[in-house]
Amino acid sequence: MIRFKNYVKASSLEEAYTLNQKKSSVIGGGMMWLKMQNRVKVTLIDLSGLGLDTIEETEEEFRIGAMCTLRELETHKGLNTYFQGVMKECTRFIVGTQFRNGATVGGSVFGRFGFSDITTCLLPLDSYVELYQGGIVPLKDFCTMKFDRDILVRIIIKKDGRKVSYASQRMAKTDFPQIACCISEKDGNIAVSVGARPNLAEVVYLEKAGKSAEELAAEAADSFRYGSNMRGSAEYRNHLAKVYIRRMLEQFEMEGK
Amino acid sequence: MEIGFILNGKRIKSDIADDATLFSVLRDKGCYSVKCGCETENCGLCTVLVNGKSRLSCSFLAARVDNCEVVTLEGVQKEAEEFGMYLAGEGAEQCGFCSPGLIMNVLAMEQELESPDEESIKEYLSGNLCRCSGYVSQLRAINKYLNRGGV
Repeated sequence: MIRFKNYVKASSLEEAYTLNQKKSSVIGGGMMWLKMQNRVKVTLIDLSGLGLDTIEETEEEFRIGAMCTLRELETHKGLNTYFQGVMKECTRFIVGTQFRNGATVGGSVFGRFGFSDITTCLLPLDSYVELYQGGIVPLKDFCTMKFDRDILVRIIIKKDGRKVSYASQRMAKTDFPQIACCISEKDGNIAVSVGARPNLAEVVYLEKAGKSAEELAAEAADSFRYGSNMRGSAEYRNHLAKVYIRRMLEQFEMEGK
Repeated sequence: MEIGFILNGKRIKSDIADDATLFSVLRDKGCYSVKCGCETENCGLCTVLVNGKSRLSCSFLAARVDNCEVVTLEGVQKEAEEFGMYLAGEGAEQCGFCSPGLIMNVLAMEQELESPDEESIKEYLSGNLCRCSGYVSQLRAINKYLNRGGV
């Protein structure tokens, strides 16, 4: 369990950022994975007093505060209506209601976890992270950035009318995913992300160009690298990715008719 | 550090270590219904309500409950007894170790969901493990409890 000496509820992002420059400091999100780590820190910085626990909807975008919980993502009507229920679909199998009432969106994204359902779901959307110092960075780029001591303030998703769908497979409902897939489509441009390979989700972009769902799914799934662990082999994960991507593409085709 | 919060309807103050969990503070305050089963945030045994939402007290920083309202099973004796009768009625109670966490989450679900179907109930309660009588009898009890006095 993580131990620390001082709890500081930051009164501004500036204060949080300054405190976080020390290696002995750590930002506390939902305190789920963080709590499980066997580390000793001097200062835990709490962002919960900065009003970052809201989901704002404007004409152009959704702005999701870093301290929003996964449960809020799951149950937010505006987000789920606009993005066809994927926010619910990518969160509802995560451990349990109580866990999702604690785990934060910011922590899930900042951690760049290989098992992340959330990152997998956000990648095929026009999504960005807002960093206190680094400014607004496309999520795709953030995923490959080195860990630094900046602060993730919010997630921004543009409302550009993409169709989107999400699917995951687990050995048991509340376990980590064996594979997680998300696809989006707009004007024949398709984005496909696959996570839990078991590495952090990545995204590829394809053009429909008259190809069948099966061809597109194979092209997308084969462009990722897969690994093996106790939840499945690399070959199995590649196979699963193909199946789920194809099914979601077919679902889009059906809906388009 | 000192924190002040409402515990089961009573305003209390507590002097805590900065890294104390809500779980340990509640045990210190004599709320022995709250137990830590798994230490990995999976089992739901330590569930309490913080500002009406079901939370895992094992991973909730006590410093964060400053000015919040916390309810444990000790604070909902009437409701717990009523639901407990349904559990007993279906033979769903064996060792009773996990019941407090389950009951707190059932009460949270009752507040949050409107006429949930069986799938929604299962999904809402999937973070409550260790039901030694086997889930089915408890689901019967939950269904009967939620539909009491109804159709």
